[in-house]
Amino acid sequence: MLLGRNGAGKTTCLRTIMGLWRASAGTIRYGGREIHKLDTPDIARLGIAYVPENMGIFAGLTVRENLLLAARSGPPDERRLERIFALFPAMKKFLDGAAGNLSGGQKQMLAISRAIVEPRRLLLVDEPTKGLAPAIIAAMIEAFRELKRETTLLVVEQNFQFARTLGDTVAVMDSGRIVHTGAMRDLVADEGLQQRLLGLSLEAHQ
Amino acid sequence: MKTDWLPLALIPLLALAALPLVSTPTWLTLTVAGLAMGMMIFMMACGLTLVFGLMDVMNFAHGAFISVGAYAAASVLIAMKGSMQAPSLAENLMAMAPALAAAVAVAGLLGWIFERVVIRPVYGDHLKQILVTMGGLIVVEQLIHVVWGPDMIPLPKPATITGSVLLGDAAIERYRMLAVLVGLAVFAALWLVLNRTRLGLLIRAGVENTEMVESLGYRVRRLFVAVFVAGSALAGLGGVMWAMYQESVSAGMGMQMMVVIFIVIIIGGMGSVGGCFVGALLVGLMANYIGYLAPKLALGSNILLMVLVLLWRPRGLYPASKA
Amino acid sequence: MMRILSGDLPRSRVLAILLIIIAIGLVAAPLVFPGARSLNVAAKVAVFVLLVASYDLLLGYTGIVSFAHTMFFGIGGYGIGIAAARLGATWGNLALGLVASLALTLAIALVIGLLSLRVRTIFFAMITLAVAAFFQILASQLSDFTGGEDGLNFRLPALLQNRLVCYYLVLALSAALFLVLLRIVNSPFGRVLQSIRENEFRAEALGYRTVLYRTTANCLGALFAALAGALYALWLRYTGPDTTLSFAIMIDLLLMVVIGGMGTLYGAVIGATLFVVAQNYLQDLMQLASGATAGIPLLPSLLHPDRWLLWLGVLFVVCVYWFPTGIVGRLRRR
Repeated sequence: MLLGRNGAGKTTCLRTIMGLWRASAGTIRYGGREIHKLDTPDIARLGIAYVPENMGIFAGLTVRENLLLAARSGPPDERRLERIFALFPAMKKFLDGAAGNLSGGQKQMLAISRAIVEPRRLLLVDEPTKGLAPAIIAAMIEAFRELKRETTLLVVEQNFQFARTLGDTVAVMDSGRIVHTGAMRDLVADEGLQQRLLGLSLEAHQ
Repeated sequence: MKTDWLPLALIPLLALAALPLVSTPTWLTLTVAGLAMGMMIFMMACGLTLVFGLMDVMNFAHGAFISVGAYAAASVLIAMKGSMQAPSLAENLMAMAPALAAAVAVAGLLGWIFERVVIRPVYGDHLKQILVTMGGLIVVEQLIHVVWGPDMIPLPKPATITGSVLLGDAAIERYRMLAVLVGLAVFAALWLVLNRTRLGLLIRAGVENTEMVESLGYRVRRLFVAVFVAGSALAGLGGVMWAMYQESVSAGMGMQMMVVIFIVIIIGGMGSVGGCFVGALLVGLMANYIGYLAPKLALGSNILLMVLVLLWRPRGLYPASKA
Repeated sequence: MMRILSGDLPRSRVLAILLIIIAIGLVAAPLVFPGARSLNVAAKVAVFVLLVASYDLLLGYTGIVSFAHTMFFGIGGYGIGIAAARLGATWGNLALGLVASLALTLAIALVIGLLSLRVRTIFFAMITLAVAAFFQILASQLSDFTGGEDGLNFRLPALLQNRLVCYYLVLALSAALFLVLLRIVNSPFGRVLQSIRENEFRAEALGYRTVLYRTTANCLGALFAALAGALYALWLRYTGPDTTLSFAIMIDLLLMVVIGGMGTLYGAVIGATLFVVAQNYLQDLMQLASGATAGIPLLPSLLHPDRWLLWLGVLFVVCVYWFPTGIVGRLRRR
């Protein structure tokens, strides 16, 4: 989990890992490889998927087409699709509808479905619960629990409740620097630390 | 997927609006003429709109591909003059086929060179793009003069596709019917590629959001080159069709079409082939109807049409791109 | 000197020398280069220096690509032309024509500016292209008014009928207006324009209403272009679509401003002089070269005098890539 106030640099961090922005200094290592000089498509081909803040779904394409596109090496595996439909039934329902007509929550589901249509080693997710109703967030939590079993997730979140439920390790950023790393349960236990790092108490930060 | 039929309906609407204003035979002639002109403009313009929608590059030198394609084809046609003049349709088509192929190939090749040499260094800088491509246009136009001479080259239509067919009282030019057929074929082919192939999927997605396509692991640069070359090739095809329509080839013909092409892609919406198609047909019809009814207004009518469309839909009829 | 040049010195020995030579050349032209042709060239240089400078204000200082500039050039010319031809060749009528054309220029520039400067560079360029094309059609269609394709020939008031007087008037006014432009780009307004060109987002964030600034720059550029057009019409005693509105002139403008040096204003002087002189005299040179290389394939066509635009086009492209600051920029680098 990557937490921090607005403007701390969390999105920048994800985008730079993905190669969308160039790092001006330093290195990025993934599985022992240096990737900061690679182009985005090459980084993606190493098994990294990116779900941006605005979800990045293609509104003019159908849901099916969105998924097809994400399955780069050929038609998507049937079993994987079944899993996705099990996690997000709405995808199956709207399979041939325009992605632009989906609700906010459904778009987010599509974005995540797209990211896992093929096996990935790392998922970069930027604020998955942003603007979503609590009921949908609950579904999201379930989905993420499933995802955690097969892939590594690096999630940027403002919603601490979501973060604490799912996160194993946490890093907190402020003004472009990491100011705290550690286990999630330690952060959860220490309210004073939460207050200092995130600026708001747990109850208020829903 | 629910299709937006409204803009498409404008075409028959415009045609019907003109019907009471002229006699029926004239209407038929004008409508076919308008559709034919629209088809040719579509071929010339679709590459530009796709390139802009996908690559965010405005190639002001697009007219160069039109001219070069026309000249390449002209050379072939002149060499095959005999077959062109023969009274047999089959022989005429046998002469036209290599000419069209030459137009497509040469224009496409020029497009490939252009993308590598001229455009690539200025991705992302719109100001420089405009300047550099304008310069490229001038240079190519001058080079055409160097290679093919300073004069206009006459280019008569093939013998069996000249003249008109009588449908009742209406005289319909054969060549225009051919142009409509070719245009429809090109549109159908484009539609199929865009909507039924993975490549088309990539292009449509890329027009919307290039970054995301890259994040999915696709090398978008290669896609750019392919689309640019295809767009240039199509422009060449449009060029040769237009040149035969005008019965002459001149170095400045590409540049002359640029204003109309810009109007068409603005009306259609950047990045949309469908929009370009509708826009081109509307412009073609409008030009012919007004050209008959009020010749003095003819040239300005396109601009008027553009303003009206923009007032209705500020981003064009079918805006597809992130712009 | 500093005050006259508004503090914007040439900043290069070679450039300063070149400018002085050009200035002397223009002032002494009737004496040093006798003959109608050379006086014509000199007058054209004077007018185009102003025209190119006004375009540099837009392109070089504000970063706006407009294809409507020759339209304003034409409006200025037609203002004088229509007044003189249709109303009679008196100072009063000329003044009337001038004021009318400036008013029209301002109106159109305002409309274009406010409507289109909210859009991106590319759309603005395309819209100005369409508007200019429209205007060109208008000018040739309203032939009763504008003389159509043939343009308007007219006489001038008695004082201006003396070619020398006319020439020095054109030269003096052109120089004065150029200096005014120099003042404008070196004022706080000019500096804001440059900051907008560099980074519009930042300028906006700093509190400058960029649309207002760019519209103003658009209007100013247009007005100076119209004035240049009026001067040109005075000199030629003729106004027509081919001397003012044609797209070829628009392209020539682009060539001059880029090769001379964008964003320097002195680039306009260098660019215009180079271009006009080349246009008139280079072709003779090329004719010689073309004749000399006859027999070698392709070379004679490449060197044919009609192909001079090819070489300028190549030079233009080279400048955009490698010398965006043009000749002046290169000279200053030393």
